[in-house]
Amino acid sequence: MSLGIRSWVASLRRVTASISLPLLSVVVALLIGAFVIVLGESSPVEAYRALFRGAFGSQAALQRTLEKGTPLIFSGLAVAFAFKGGLFNIGAQGQLLFGAMAAAIVGFSLTGLPALLHVPLALLAGAFAGFLYGAIPGALKRFRGAHEVITTIMLNYIAINITDYLASGPYMDRTPGNIVSRTPLVAESARIPVLGNIPLGFIIALLVGLFIWWLLARTTIGFEISTVGRSPHAAQYAGIRVTRIVVLTMALSGALAGLGGAVETLGVVGRYQPGFNIGLGFDGITVALLGKTHPLGVILSALLVGAMRAGAPQMQFSAKVRPDIVDMILALILFFVAADLVRRWLVARRGERLLLEEEIQLSTGWGQQA
Amino acid sequence: MEATLPDRAQTNFFYRHRLMVALLAVIGIVITVGYLNEPRITRAVLSSTLRQSTPLVLGALCGLWGERSGVINIGIEGQMLLAAFIGFLTSVYTGNLLLAVSAGVLTGALLGLLLAFMSVTLKMDQIIGGTVINILALGLTGYYYQQGLLTQGKLSPVALGPLADIPLIGPVLFNNPPITYITLLLVAFSHYLLWYTRWGLRTRAVGEHPRAADTVGINVYRVRYINVMLGGAIAGLAGAFLTLEAVGSFERGMTNGRGFLALAVMIFGKWTPLGSWGAALLVGLTYALNTQFQFMGIADIPPQFMGTLPYLITIIVLAVFVGHARPPAADGIPYEKE
Repeated sequence: MSLGIRSWVASLRRVTASISLPLLSVVVALLIGAFVIVLGESSPVEAYRALFRGAFGSQAALQRTLEKGTPLIFSGLAVAFAFKGGLFNIGAQGQLLFGAMAAAIVGFSLTGLPALLHVPLALLAGAFAGFLYGAIPGALKRFRGAHEVITTIMLNYIAINITDYLASGPYMDRTPGNIVSRTPLVAESARIPVLGNIPLGFIIALLVGLFIWWLLARTTIGFEISTVGRSPHAAQYAGIRVTRIVVLTMALSGALAGLGGAVETLGVVGRYQPGFNIGLGFDGITVALLGKTHPLGVILSALLVGAMRAGAPQMQFSAKVRPDIVDMILALILFFVAADLVRRWLVARRGERLLLEEEIQLSTGWGQQA
Repeated sequence: MEATLPDRAQTNFFYRHRLMVALLAVIGIVITVGYLNEPRITRAVLSSTLRQSTPLVLGALCGLWGERSGVINIGIEGQMLLAAFIGFLTSVYTGNLLLAVSAGVLTGALLGLLLAFMSVTLKMDQIIGGTVINILALGLTGYYYQQGLLTQGKLSPVALGPLADIPLIGPVLFNNPPITYITLLLVAFSHYLLWYTRWGLRTRAVGEHPRAADTVGINVYRVRYINVMLGGAIAGLAGAFLTLEAVGSFERGMTNGRGFLALAVMIFGKWTPLGSWGAALLVGLTYALNTQFQFMGIADIPPQFMGTLPYLITIIVLAVFVGHARPPAADGIPYEKE
């Protein structure tokens, strides 16, 4: 019994440590950012106050933060999920674009469906598009030995071009007066509503995050995925069908990204428009790394990044500080979290020898070749 | 597998590289036929190929020097971008192009130092280290970017005397701006350094088996630091190429994925300088053809489909020709001294 309590206390301490250290990193990064803002002859106090106001200052601001954070939860989960399987999916961007496009097509071409059917259908279309597009690099890796880092980058550019073509050709918005390449608006029944001030898409993101956590931690498939991620050789030896798992991991990662694109289309943008989703997939890499690839960590870091993105325009407006400072601060946060500088410092003060924890190491090399 | 003696077929250079040899032969024939029929277009396409390949091969060399010593560098994009920006600013405020290029190279080397510090000393995950550099560069260049700045001139072509008068080869190879020449020299130099010098041997040893290298007295950390910084400097040169030689101005995010493409080129070239150069030329060729087709207005194909061509070809070549690429054994793994 006392053992149970002790282990409970220990795990509680681990949780607080894993949250407080990133928080300290955020503070240090903000301080350095403040220094840069001072150099630019603006007031950091004013800038950060505006940033905060823009992200949390009102109901509308809060809603914006959740809206900005939602697609990042999906793309962050996508990248983190692939990491668990030992794969580096830089292609979340491309998968997200196809997801957004597929959801838009289902959203505007079907009419007369009840929302309860239309929204899930469009979401599924987005996830399925991402699933298929994600499966390609997985299959190429296993069957042809083409490294996923390269193929996913190439597939990103291909996705940008093809979705651009679809939005300016076959699926272009033909309403009179429109010359911009974009699809028509999705039907009202396909829109994801906002409940009070909470976008329903955000709730979906939370549920999906929980599901992924469950999948990885509690199911056979999840176990097989992380086993393959640690060592494909060992997995093969243990009778796991590595090829199937690798392709499935990439495909599911793609499905997550595609779902993110779909939620963005149906919940925020309302249509597919080239350029509107760029960056969401790449931010997913930051989010995944910041959250140390843990699904719950991903959700928290997506909200952090979302808040900074949501508050940045306000900061530019009232303090005349460029929104790009956010990227700089994000890079610093990532650096401090990953380098574990705070813990290093604490350990050095106690005069102990630093033990490198396993969790710092997300990926070794270009993934092991099986 | 190790027990069998290599037979003649396996050691014969042409046999081992039969696909490459065949590819080169086909390319040679295509160029000759093209030149005989359409000299002007052939020249334009080849020049453009070389131009497009320059930042890619430089980026690939950057990645290669890091990875041969065991450090993955996915921050090439950021190194290029910040170097392009600093080089550009230096040119704007001093008007001295040599100084500007040096500033770019120095910027790249400093970012290399940062990456080495993160991955060698702090033993951070190298993918994260590279990502930090990429985001940092994006943020810094965006934050300090000012519209409407112009460089005071850019690097102009230098004709290499009589060499430039050789038909086709002359104008394509021997009438280029300085960084293009330096790039070609760097490819040859890297090849020599990697395979025929003590430094190259040490680098490869550290990348394959750092423990063994350490045992015989090689300073693993030092080798990694120097190589990653050397790589950074080369990426910096690629950045300088973009602003000071190719475009003449800076735009946000102007590297446009070239740093990542360079990684593809490096793996495609199987972590060798000459292979990377060939791969970069191939990708450059697809860009050049793409531009040429659009210029000639082959209108039936939507431009977006043509735009996918370089990437599609990279994937196909990777899947069909290259097969399983093998990175250096200790690539991406921090070394812990005992």
